Amino acid sequence: MIQRECGVLKTSYEADMALYPLPIARWTVGILGVVFFLLIPLGLHEYYLSVCNLVWIAVIGALGLNILVGYTGQVSIGHGAFMSVGAYTAANLATRLDSPWPVNLLAGGLMAAAVGAVVGIPSLRIKGLYLAIATLAGQLIIEWTINHVTFISGGVQASIEVPRPRLGSMVLDTQRDMYYFLLVFVVLAIVGTMNLVRSRVGRAFIAIRDQDIAAEIIGIDIFRYKLLAFAISSFYAGVTGVLYTYFLGIANYEQFQIGVSIDYLAMIIIGGLGSVLGSIFGAIFVTLLPIVIRLSMEAFGGLFFAQQTVLNLIPNLRLMLFGALIVIFLILEPDGLNRLWRNIRNYFRIWPFAY
Amino acid sequence: MGQFLIAVLAALVGVTGVLGGMSPAMANHEIVIGMQCDRTGPTQIVGTVICPGSHDYFSLVNSKGGVEGHKLKVLEIDHEYKVPPAVESYERHKKEGAVSMWVYGTPQIYALAAKLTEDRIPGTSPGFGSAAAADGTRYPYIFPIAATYWSQGTAAVKFVKDQLGGNLKGKKIAFIFYDNPAGREPIEVLEDLAKTEGFTLKMFAVPPPGVEMGAQVLDIAQRFRADYVIGHLFGGAPAVSIKEFKRVGYPLNKFVSFVWGAGEANIEAAGGFGAAEGYYTMHFAGVGQDYPVLDEIKEMYKKQGKPAPKEMASTVYYNRGVLIAALHVEAIRNAVKAKPDGKITGVDVKNGFEKISNFTLGGLVPPLKVTPTDHEGGGLVQIWQVKGGKFVKVTDWYSAYPEVVAKHIKAAASK
Repeated sequence: MIQRECGVLKTSYEADMALYPLPIARWTVGILGVVFFLLIPLGLHEYYLSVCNLVWIAVIGALGLNILVGYTGQVSIGHGAFMSVGAYTAANLATRLDSPWPVNLLAGGLMAAAVGAVVGIPSLRIKGLYLAIATLAGQLIIEWTINHVTFISGGVQASIEVPRPRLGSMVLDTQRDMYYFLLVFVVLAIVGTMNLVRSRVGRAFIAIRDQDIAAEIIGIDIFRYKLLAFAISSFYAGVTGVLYTYFLGIANYEQFQIGVSIDYLAMIIIGGLGSVLGSIFGAIFVTLLPIVIRLSMEAFGGLFFAQQTVLNLIPNLRLMLFGALIVIFLILEPDGLNRLWRNIRNYFRIWPFAY
Repeated sequence: MGQFLIAVLAALVGVTGVLGGMSPAMANHEIVIGMQCDRTGPTQIVGTVICPGSHDYFSLVNSKGGVEGHKLKVLEIDHEYKVPPAVESYERHKKEGAVSMWVYGTPQIYALAAKLTEDRIPGTSPGFGSAAAADGTRYPYIFPIAATYWSQGTAAVKFVKDQLGGNLKGKKIAFIFYDNPAGREPIEVLEDLAKTEGFTLKMFAVPPPGVEMGAQVLDIAQRFRADYVIGHLFGGAPAVSIKEFKRVGYPLNKFVSFVWGAGEANIEAAGGFGAAEGYYTMHFAGVGQDYPVLDEIKEMYKKQGKPAPKEMASTVYYNRGVLIAALHVEAIRNAVKAKPDGKITGVDVKNGFEKISNFTLGGLVPPLKVTPTDHEGGGLVQIWQVKGGKFVKVTDWYSAYPEVVAKHIKAAASK
């Protein structure tokens, strides 16, 4: 027995509602905190921190999409468009009104939430595949609007440069600064999502996912909660877009096209629908896998092939390997990486007993 | 005892092998160039040819002893025309000490523009990217080093003017373009020229991915009845446009295409050189195999016992790869001449770029003149026509309406 789950007694409601009641959970969170707040940023080179930053941005986006698709069961291929709404709102505010980054962040998120609620209206009538096509239409319409309305896109190039975020007198312009900046929002997003799904709103979402007609009968306002799901998910997406814009220093509409929406769907499907840890695993997997494949191919490919062949082979093999690995993972464990982790965890939970 | 002896012998062999493998003090400082490519994404028709072209030129320079004795190390990463892999590869190359970046793709150069300026590493964006980046004072570390879309636009209008008898008043010109920021960039320059030259300009947007343009082509040919068509398409779209114009019976010799619709691969995809007879194309690098540097590359391969790479047959894009690589090498050469120990930084290479002039590589490279204020080098292009199964040169290097381009650059800088 690695840890003890019995004998953990609580004497107050706050203690009962704590996110991590068990000592082992608290230790794990503490150790992870030390690793992510101290060891990684102070120990790794800037290049690896830039990769971590990409992962953090993906984590926030994946959490948002999982709220909508995993917890509420509404299939959405519009995530990229909501990110672009947040990004362009923040970029326009930053360049036109010179507003500070907290205002831009909030405004971007709220604007994306509003647009998301509008795009989510079809969900009140249609489900599943039909809703996917409706959200796809939303994605393409938003893309086209940003592309063609110069008030939003800031000109023909549809790119708006944003100044680096400032914290008092400090300008956040290195990867390490950006790492801490993003980590704060990732922690907020994770804690927010975990609390959301334990709350009344979260239980309403799950009820809608499981059987929305039954949910309606027992008194859950489907209209309100479905739109709320879209709004909250789009808020996360908007925040992701704003953070991505600050990370790159520029908002460009070609970064938020349909491929991005599909990428995020892939993240939550591989990670595990309907779980916070699944979103995190999926985001890490999908963002890091192409990089890891490329690094290992560069290390070993030179042993077998000539230089030019390797260069041509690497990207093509990477695409094939990426697809193949996704298929393999889903065959091994259709419920995603989260289920894989849960299986391992449950095994060790009652070890050395078998059941 | 025997086993012990064998072990000792093996150890000795190993040690001498290691000692022999270690070369005496590193000969000369290696210069690192970071390269990005799109070999698997939507513009792979260009990427799979242009990147080998650059690699071959870099290998040629290395085979001749490098740049003033310093070997070049080229790192390439494929980004599938997406932005996050491009940013990650930029960081990776920076970590490896790259002093010059060969950027590929319009969204990528936009995403990296701020970082390149902050990190003070020059990045090239030839034939794509932001035309406003030609302003060297506003964007000190972005180097178009080839005609931007604005210069291509003015050059196209000049060509059409010459083709239609020297006067454009009252004529109708159609501009068919890919509906994304890169495609829409020349519009403001073309509209400006439409006002001053007096021709009617009509825009025909082709939505991505650029394979459906039947309605637009029909409109151009039979409703608008354009006197000339200027095309700005890329990826798979140029081939489709050639086929569509043939289908409606519009003469292809009234169609001039910008630089990315101009490759052998595009012509082949349209049905071959016979099917595209009369098509005019614009280029920022020489076309064909008739250049001494290409012979040198073939020689280099022959010495290694290998045949010339098949990418060389696709001369349009291959030669552009050679051009871009050659300009990087020239900039590095200028930098090394200023710092002979070879420990150059991005700032030195940037100054090296700004000294490039009169470098033509036997006619493959136009006579660019890059200055600290003009990173475009003059916006020179050539027009070649598909005739009799191959490309035939129609004009020599020229640029047109430089004052119009300068006006727009100034307007963009003041925004």
